[in-house]
Amino acid sequence: MELLTALFADYTLRTVALGAALLGVVSGVLGCFAVLRRQALLGDAMSHAALPGIALAFMLTGQRDPLVLLLGAAAAAWLAALLVLGITGTSRIKEDSALALTLSVCFGFGLVLLSLLQKRPDAAQAGLKRFLFGQAAALVERDIVVMAALGLPALLCVALLWKHFKLLSFDPEYAASLGMPTGALSILLTTLIVMAIAIGLQSVGVVLMSAMLVAPAAAARQWTNRLSIMVLLAASFGALAGVSGALISATTRGFSTGPTVVLCMAAITLGSLLCAPERGLLWRWIRGRRQLAPVD
Amino acid sequence: MAPEVEVQLIAVIVAAACALPGVFLVLRRMAMLSDAISHTVLLGIVLGYLLTRDLGSPLLFVGAVAMGVVTVALVELVTGTGLVREDAAIGLVFPVLFSIAVILISRFAGNVHLDVDSVLLGELVFAPFDRVRLLGLDLPRALLVGLVTLLANLLLIGLFYKELKLATFDAGLAAALGFAPALVHYGLMTMVSITAVGAFDAVGSILVIALMVAPPAAAYLLTDRLARMLLLSVLIGAASAIAGYWLAYWLDVSVAGAMATMSGVAFGLCYLFAPGRGLVAGAARRAHQRWEFAQQMLTLHLLNHEGTAEAIEECSPSRLSAHLRWPPAFAAEVVRRAEQGGLVQRRGELLTLTERGRRLAQEASLR
Amino acid sequence: MHDALTITDLTVAYRDRPVLWDVDLSVPAGVLMAIVGPNGAGKTTLIKATLGLVRPAAGQTLIFGRPYAEQRRLVAYVPQRGSVDWDFPTTVLDVVMMGRYGSLGWLRRPGVRERDQALAALEQVHMAEFAGRQISQLSGGQQQRVFLARALVQDAQIYFMDEPFQGVDAVTERAIVAVLRNLRAAGKTVVVVHHDLQTVPEYFDWVTLINVRRIASGPVAEVFTEANLRATYGGRIAFLGQQGAAASAVGDLAADEATG
Repeated sequence: MELLTALFADYTLRTVALGAALLGVVSGVLGCFAVLRRQALLGDAMSHAALPGIALAFMLTGQRDPLVLLLGAAAAAWLAALLVLGITGTSRIKEDSALALTLSVCFGFGLVLLSLLQKRPDAAQAGLKRFLFGQAAALVERDIVVMAALGLPALLCVALLWKHFKLLSFDPEYAASLGMPTGALSILLTTLIVMAIAIGLQSVGVVLMSAMLVAPAAAARQWTNRLSIMVLLAASFGALAGVSGALISATTRGFSTGPTVVLCMAAITLGSLLCAPERGLLWRWIRGRRQLAPVD
Repeated sequence: MAPEVEVQLIAVIVAAACALPGVFLVLRRMAMLSDAISHTVLLGIVLGYLLTRDLGSPLLFVGAVAMGVVTVALVELVTGTGLVREDAAIGLVFPVLFSIAVILISRFAGNVHLDVDSVLLGELVFAPFDRVRLLGLDLPRALLVGLVTLLANLLLIGLFYKELKLATFDAGLAAALGFAPALVHYGLMTMVSITAVGAFDAVGSILVIALMVAPPAAAYLLTDRLARMLLLSVLIGAASAIAGYWLAYWLDVSVAGAMATMSGVAFGLCYLFAPGRGLVAGAARRAHQRWEFAQQMLTLHLLNHEGTAEAIEECSPSRLSAHLRWPPAFAAEVVRRAEQGGLVQRRGELLTLTERGRRLAQEASLR
Repeated sequence: MHDALTITDLTVAYRDRPVLWDVDLSVPAGVLMAIVGPNGAGKTTLIKATLGLVRPAAGQTLIFGRPYAEQRRLVAYVPQRGSVDWDFPTTVLDVVMMGRYGSLGWLRRPGVRERDQALAALEQVHMAEFAGRQISQLSGGQQQRVFLARALVQDAQIYFMDEPFQGVDAVTERAIVAVLRNLRAAGKTVVVVHHDLQTVPEYFDWVTLINVRRIASGPVAEVFTEANLRATYGGRIAFLGQQGAAASAVGDLAADEATG
């Protein structure tokens, strides 16, 4: 309760909550498509690969403007997705190896760049490390504006191309037979997922961002059999976890934002896996007992 | 030994130790489990520390290895419910365990040697300062740990080579012959966990993934033989380690990051230039095959329409491109090559098959 | 008038392995045609190349005399049931309405009209009472009928079906056959990848035998002969039929046909 009153009174907390909610909604919505298209782990590779993008953007421009950094992150994540597709498409390397390879090598390269930056005389680089595990408390108004500028168009795109993305995720060959440009749509959807990742980097960080794509979708899937409801639920779960995690982190010592948000999300997911009607494990267990009862 | 020599030696040994189980991860399509395990062993270390309050306690090691195996078991448990698919299960499980570890560190173990940066980066450069005495020798601890891990991996792979090979290439047959695939699987996962924990201190969690996956993936592009792949992976891993060290030295940057980068470069080189399977060799082969294939197509086309009423229409060089939907220049070149190779001959406005061309067409049609 | 489907000199290769070699084929409008051939003969590839889902190395396919890209509205497609994830969060009615997406354009959403069309199509395959059901709760045969209904709402002139009889129950098989006959009665053309040789003469009036190359194509009575089947399947076939026209595959042949 105290937290809630603080939320409305305190400007910083309001900014933090708004940013976290935005991140939760966008990653929840796009995570559904990532998970349904079996790209859950691609999100992990892409978010780790964002690190060198952030460092390079800073090195090239010398600016810490969030727009510059996040665009750098998005470009690098996008290239990583392309790299994974390229490696699996043109060699005998399988997807899992391509993902692990891209993830670790890009991240390693990012660390090289970060340590290179640490030697620069201007102290501006000091803030880059927060991209590892995220620091929601450091969000300022300008960050929120940039996040909204990336996130809202992404959501609008999903709303407008809803039936295309749905069919693309369910049955891409049939979509192609209807004349949908599946290649272009696929690239667009991946780009939107990259946007979602970029939005989360400041508050959740590159290491754990992929969980914010996967977990809300996995939780939401248990409650419904309709894509539209799943997407809305995932957005709400993501926002709930984002806001509560960010607020706990901003007001308590020793709770990095990324891990805290992920744990909040994990609680929701665990609850969904257990308690969701029909699919939930508890319900399944009760049904199993009922069916056994007459036999005993 | 000079510290920089020791650092390189540690790096090489750790790289070799990682490459060995990595080969089996890559072949069994479980490379992403290295990502999961290398993150979650941290939780085992933290829990071990909180229990014993002693960073040197062997319980930390045991706890970390156990946590790696528990991670794999949890992923299987979640997948087994049928509620989420395996990729999503991996993406759910390890961030949670890792998050718990990070929060525990910053809440309860903040001021000790454990900190989140070194978790990701390792502290290879400082490894020579942490020394132990063994049999009268004064060794860096990381070197000793790396050596033990390497030897354990070599021993395990040596002992169970047959079983690992069979379970990797034909799990069904392995089961039928009485080798329990689950046992081999968990044995391998234990090996991966031990290696991840052993390497963790020196190089951090992300480099563990790079060293486990990149060298075996590169070796996979160079050979089909398991034994050779193991050897090549170790060599590539060691070379990346040394190259990474010197890159880091030269640029004065993170050693772990530089080693990961160089392992990526090593993979990239193999990906582009591997004989037979590299991108360059593949492009050259395809360019060659394209003409071969097109000539086969031409002979088959002629055979199909030989002696039929529409042969005049179908088999004239000028009409070929329209019928086969080939660009005219391409069609002309195919005809030129086929004529030169003695596959077809021109009779006025008609192309006909030679004996050789007919044989080629018949062979092609049997495929 | 143009033939419903005209294929000329079609060659398709995956990497460097040819799957179809220089295939010529014309299918007159209004026939029910089976494509038969052994496993790996290129039956599915023939359909996919026609629908522009794989790129041919040579040759072309025309629908009513013009390329597929211009004739999309005239074509409906029933892919193999196994090609999608049946745990996808969607309902039966929703899947059937997907058949209308092609004619809805970029931004329009399916509305009441599409809903009514989908319900009518479900009625045709006796699946109306399952409209609200989640698709993972369907049997294999019911899934197949949903896919069939999705093609029916496309209201096309020519239908391509990839193994619709694969692993379905008797009720579904009868329902599919009834739909096929209705389509023929309405003057539509249907091309079906089929693997049960025994039912070819009963269900179809036209047949194409392929095994990488086209072996024969024409009315069942003329083309579905022992000699042609032997040429298609090689020695791997046992002939039980007396008159030569009806033949039956040996058990394992039908079984390993599953993915052809």
